[in-house]
Amino acid sequence: MTPPGTTRSGARPGRPFVSLAAERAMEAAIRLSGISAIVFVLAIFFFIFREAAPVLFSDEFKPLEFLFSVQWYPTSVVDIRYGTLALTAGTVGVTLVAMLLAVPFGLGAAIFVSEFCGRRLRETLKIVIEILAAIPSVVWGFVALTVISRLMVSYTSAPVGVNMLNGGIVLALMSVPIIVSIGEDALKAVPDSYREAALAMGATRWQLVVRVLLPAARNGLLAAVLLGVGRAVGETMAVLMATGHAVQIPHGLLDSVRTLTANIAAELGEAPAGSAHYRVLFLTGIQLFILTFVVNLAADLAIRGVRRK
Amino acid sequence: MHEPLRPGAPARHDGGRPFAHTSFGRRKVRQEAAARAVFLAMTLLMVAPLVAIVSHLVIEAWPALSLEFLLDIPRERMTTGGIWPAFVGTIYLVVISLAVAAPIGVLAAVYLNEYAKDSWFNRVISLAVINLAGVPSIVHALFGLGAFVYAARFGFSVAAASLTLAIMTLPVIIASTREALSAVPMSFREACWNVGATRWQTIRGVVLPNSTSGILTGIILQVSRAAGETAPIMFTGAVLYKAVERGTLLPYYLDDQCMALSMHLYVLTTQVPNVAPAIPYATAVVLLGSVLLVNGSAIGLRIWLRNRKRW
Repeated sequence: MTPPGTTRSGARPGRPFVSLAAERAMEAAIRLSGISAIVFVLAIFFFIFREAAPVLFSDEFKPLEFLFSVQWYPTSVVDIRYGTLALTAGTVGVTLVAMLLAVPFGLGAAIFVSEFCGRRLRETLKIVIEILAAIPSVVWGFVALTVISRLMVSYTSAPVGVNMLNGGIVLALMSVPIIVSIGEDALKAVPDSYREAALAMGATRWQLVVRVLLPAARNGLLAAVLLGVGRAVGETMAVLMATGHAVQIPHGLLDSVRTLTANIAAELGEAPAGSAHYRVLFLTGIQLFILTFVVNLAADLAIRGVRRK
Repeated sequence: MHEPLRPGAPARHDGGRPFAHTSFGRRKVRQEAAARAVFLAMTLLMVAPLVAIVSHLVIEAWPALSLEFLLDIPRERMTTGGIWPAFVGTIYLVVISLAVAAPIGVLAAVYLNEYAKDSWFNRVISLAVINLAGVPSIVHALFGLGAFVYAARFGFSVAAASLTLAIMTLPVIIASTREALSAVPMSFREACWNVGATRWQTIRGVVLPNSTSGILTGIILQVSRAAGETAPIMFTGAVLYKAVERGTLLPYYLDDQCMALSMHLYVLTTQVPNVAPAIPYATAVVLLGSVLLVNGSAIGLRIWLRNRKRW
């Protein structure tokens, strides 16, 4: 890109002062908006930290118990405990189930859309994927609570329909569109010459996919999966409605669990502002913020790796 | 464009291949067909739930769906009646958040695409945008509660909720505007610079007019995203129930609490006993319908735009 170098030298003779001033003001506004994203990310961290800080630096707070205890009794009268291990286990468990379902189907669909179908079908499928991505999470939660939970009770031995499997299915449906669209971009970024070379050597399209495309698009596909994970970890309303409300380490697919996100949504309304419980919930918010930041950063690095090549 | 060379464009399995009748060829053909079938099945398994869910929702909601349902207020402890306060509340939240997010988002995208050089600082900005998009919605809710409700003393209000939504949906606008701006060919800008225009004059006279539809698509997507979100407004300004008059157009002030469709659906399904069964389904269909209508118009706009593209 060749910058014109005239940014500051717009003062040609004859240009009215007002127009010049307007231009300066506009450019200032643009620069200000440019840094707004950084400001907002820092502000999010700052304001959440500000609410959480008093409990974080108090003497009663035990970081080890917070991270590694399964005892979450925030409203107990005799023995208040804030251990988030069971919540973290819930988040990890539901995300794992979701990814076990979403990754094969998402990548399979991405391969189909990018390699196996004609232009018209591809455009149609992309629109379908976009619609799937647009469904609000509360609608997914509603579907989980009414439809999937009923199916779950009739076809499995589950005593209640809201459990880890239900949450996993819903999250899988929610993260599949991201995996498909980013995965398809990654496959599209593989040069056509790779495909032509493989086909010219007599490879079938199956061999082309498995031996050429998947290795070549490895980083982009990894980023697709990671963004899917990020979506699943951060999702709130759907898991709140789909997973039941038992704070426990899950032992099977049909156990009820509660995730970090759902826990905040479920308890924030009842925790009086300024109480220790309220502040601990903000602390779990920081936990989530850091968790998703790491996942998204990893995805970004993976994508960047693709571009550099 | 290498479209015809891409495998898969014409779906021929053996036509025109001289070795198709040898045993080696037959195995290849079978393998090709099997691969296609497997990936097709995976795609269909993804599409099928969408069709099933949408049709199920519409069938269950059918008895309750009417104009009266939209215009009436919830009655008898929200067990019957309509959704008007929630519907208007959603419109409030969407419009105000859009008014805040659209200018900032578009200008930020202009900065990133037209002004920013490839420095570490601008890479940090891009990273911040990506991270902002990845922050869980409930964390945005915590932020809104801490920053707007308490620190800025807006209280639980339409203002606090829409500002939270605005920050949450900002990355959507930035990303799609940036894409629209970068689709304008570099030669357009160079031509404009060469006749002596400044950078801003080029942006206003050439770049923005040539990417209006793309920017509009991004803004429409922001609307659909903001309309569907529940978690960020749940603790910043949306309430279970708020009495307003049937069919009034402007029931809320900026410092009022409000109802919202997404929140209303959550409340009906989890907090209110003995709701007439079709009511939550109908609420879900209205919410889903509005979101898909908005999204559909974005898709339509994009297709129309692609067809009339001149470069």
